[in-house]
Amino acid sequence: MADVIKIKKGLDIKMNGQAERMYVKAPRAKTFAVKPADFHELTPKIIPKLCDQVKVGTPIFYDKYHPEIKFTSPVSGLLLSINRGERRRIIEVVVEDDGKDTYETFLKGDPADLTWEQIEENLLESGLWPVIRQRPYSVIARPGTKPKSIFISAFDTSPLAPDYDFLLKDMEEDFQWGVNVLKRLTEGNVHLNLDGRYPSVRTLASIEGVEINRFKGPHPTGNVGTQIHKLDPINKGDVVWTVQPQDVVAIGRLFKTGQYDPSMVVALTGSRVKDPVYFKTIRGASVAPMLENRLMDGENRIISGNVLNGKQIDPEKGYIGFSDSQLTVIPEGNYYEMFGWILPGFKKFSSSRSFASRLLTPNKHFDMDTNLHGGERAFVMTGEFEKVVPMDIYPMQLLKAILVNDIDKMEQLGIYEVDEEDLALCEVICTSKIPITKILRDGLRSLRKEMED
Amino acid sequence: MSALRRFVDKIKPPFEKGGKLHMFLSAFEAVETFLFVPNKVTTGRVHIRDANDMKRSLIIVLIAMVPALLFGIWNTGFHHFQALGIEAGFWQMVWFGFLKILPIIVVSYAVGLGIEIAFAQMRGHEVNEGFFVTGMLIPLIMPADVPLWMVAVATVFAVVIGKEVFGGTGMNILNPALIARAFLFFAYPSQMSGDKVWIAGMTDGTGVIDGYSGSTILGQAAGNTSTFLNGLGETISSWDMFLGTIPGSIGETSTLAILIGSLFLIFTGIASWKIIFSVFAGGAAMGLLLNVFAANEFMAVPFWQHLLLGGFAFGAVFMATDPVSATQTEKGKWIYGFLIGFLAILIRVLNPAYPEGVMMAILLMNVFAPLIDHYVIEGNIRKRLKRAKVTAN
Repeated sequence: MADVIKIKKGLDIKMNGQAERMYVKAPRAKTFAVKPADFHELTPKIIPKLCDQVKVGTPIFYDKYHPEIKFTSPVSGLLLSINRGERRRIIEVVVEDDGKDTYETFLKGDPADLTWEQIEENLLESGLWPVIRQRPYSVIARPGTKPKSIFISAFDTSPLAPDYDFLLKDMEEDFQWGVNVLKRLTEGNVHLNLDGRYPSVRTLASIEGVEINRFKGPHPTGNVGTQIHKLDPINKGDVVWTVQPQDVVAIGRLFKTGQYDPSMVVALTGSRVKDPVYFKTIRGASVAPMLENRLMDGENRIISGNVLNGKQIDPEKGYIGFSDSQLTVIPEGNYYEMFGWILPGFKKFSSSRSFASRLLTPNKHFDMDTNLHGGERAFVMTGEFEKVVPMDIYPMQLLKAILVNDIDKMEQLGIYEVDEEDLALCEVICTSKIPITKILRDGLRSLRKEMED
Repeated sequence: MSALRRFVDKIKPPFEKGGKLHMFLSAFEAVETFLFVPNKVTTGRVHIRDANDMKRSLIIVLIAMVPALLFGIWNTGFHHFQALGIEAGFWQMVWFGFLKILPIIVVSYAVGLGIEIAFAQMRGHEVNEGFFVTGMLIPLIMPADVPLWMVAVATVFAVVIGKEVFGGTGMNILNPALIARAFLFFAYPSQMSGDKVWIAGMTDGTGVIDGYSGSTILGQAAGNTSTFLNGLGETISSWDMFLGTIPGSIGETSTLAILIGSLFLIFTGIASWKIIFSVFAGGAAMGLLLNVFAANEFMAVPFWQHLLLGGFAFGAVFMATDPVSATQTEKGKWIYGFLIGFLAILIRVLNPAYPEGVMMAILLMNVFAPLIDHYVIEGNIRKRLKRAKVTAN
């Protein structure tokens, strides 16, 4: 087994509201949703009609351009509504739970005994295929292809991230099944990347048939993009797949039991949560029952995911994202601050040494809010981004190539290696408050269009 | 706080779109964001932001210039009274210097900000804070006796031709403050060089004691002397050069004051220590090289003395580090800085027509900065291509 790979660049953002390692029961939600917007570049086509009965694992929509990729209901009940957003784009397909948990049945068996085609078809039919994301572009993996390797990052270094060691406890066997399935999907390696800060006793250290790598360092060390860059970087034409730990477990359970298991563990975190804890819930559950009586008063922002890569959702009508293991609640920052830009800043988070907090209390945890702390400006400062991106790329030059839509330059500067979450820290620290991850997504989108048309 | 906020909210509506005063929106916003950090919140997938912003970063640079400015104010008074042969107290010198320099600063800011706000309004942007720094840099690199109208003309040229025609803050190729200086240097050479302009009141000449010389050390060195004299004909020691009690542009003479500022800039991480360090390294390298040949007196000036003279330290700390006109890659910063120092001393010594080699060297390297970056980035691109080929085989 390889040594621990140490990563120096990056930034740990210390926030208040880490979930305590315990489970709390919340009343089961009444409605559940699968959100096409959780997947980049997806155009959904609805299958059943409103009020049709569905079971756990019944397809409710599919990808218009790859009809074999199906998305299935996480509960049994009836198709309640199709919620549309701007330009009538489908944003949520909602199922009302009947509480009966009737399941569709799928193929079951040891992946070692099944053919590649059978495995692929089982994943596609059950609705678990979409948990496999491909790099570049971070879109759903394309069926019928084999990636050069598959990466699982079994730890998360982003702010208030759930502890996967706790979260995956007693799921080792299902995880092993999942890994056995993934092994059949690639000719290369399945990389299982563990937190190097805790040697040997980790829950997943005993998983077999994978290449175990250990990483140690500040965020974004836990990002799968960082790990791919260090182990097996993506060149033009390469395809690498990534799967999140809880999704590996779900894949394992599908082959072990022949049923789509939509259960998920979610950490409720953030400074506006009274007692941050973990919940056992179901994919796409409505968040209202979980949040009830647990939030502090005031204007809060509910984020499905973490503060560096998450989607704002409604506290009443919002649903957890498809593969999110975390909900974060932080205060909104829509206030004016008099002379805030020049005050010493004892209570404000900054990576800049011009703030008293950085000098005097470097280990302080902050109640961070959503204020932009300034207005958008042109690129001026240089050398900032390089300090928080542990990859051998030039983020600013890449972003400028995207802004002028220079496809060749984007490729040359390594756009295939990055996803929004990999440059999220750049957006946090950017002095000019430039929407970096949005620019990157635009670049990835136009590149994909160029490549796949 | 809330009373002021209520007032701002009350007077805001006419400035907004469709309002009567919409044409002054940029000016209004500039004042409003100066008073209050806006209430804007994040909208994308990244929900939090660092508390640092452009205003704070640039105000740090401004604070770093304060020691050089204060010293310059005193030094202006000091030399003025020395030239007149008047015994003056410390505060008298400071007060004189203050009255002399304040108008230069006011003109620089008024003209520059006026243009910035007009362009911001035209483009529908918020006002970029870049001129915070430029507006102070321009006075600090002017001779004390510069006419105010020249400051105004130079500022207009620097902001319009040096910056706005390229698209505004962040897009300019050359350092705007140096453009102001270079513009005056070439357009009005008689007022921007020589023996008189560095001492306040000497251009006018009334009351100056007989035989007093206001020449700078570099001016004397270009004349091939080995001992440098102050206005009264006394020898100038290296210590004087370091402290800055010598004639020169307002803010450039005191290496000590500049070093204090540079420590602040480096500590806060706003300026690149790589650039500052490598400018000094490059200057020392060229100085040593010239010392080895020492074909004339100027070439024999000890290399470390070069670093204390003229605008070398000021240029290294405040001009070369301008992130927009410098190289943007970390490797490039080493090369860029080194070449500035190297060329500055080369131009200074071997081309006596331009004793202020630092200005030339920085402007020249501003032009070459994108090229340096290009090669650094090419290296990164090649590495990536090579990696792709290795895995393909």
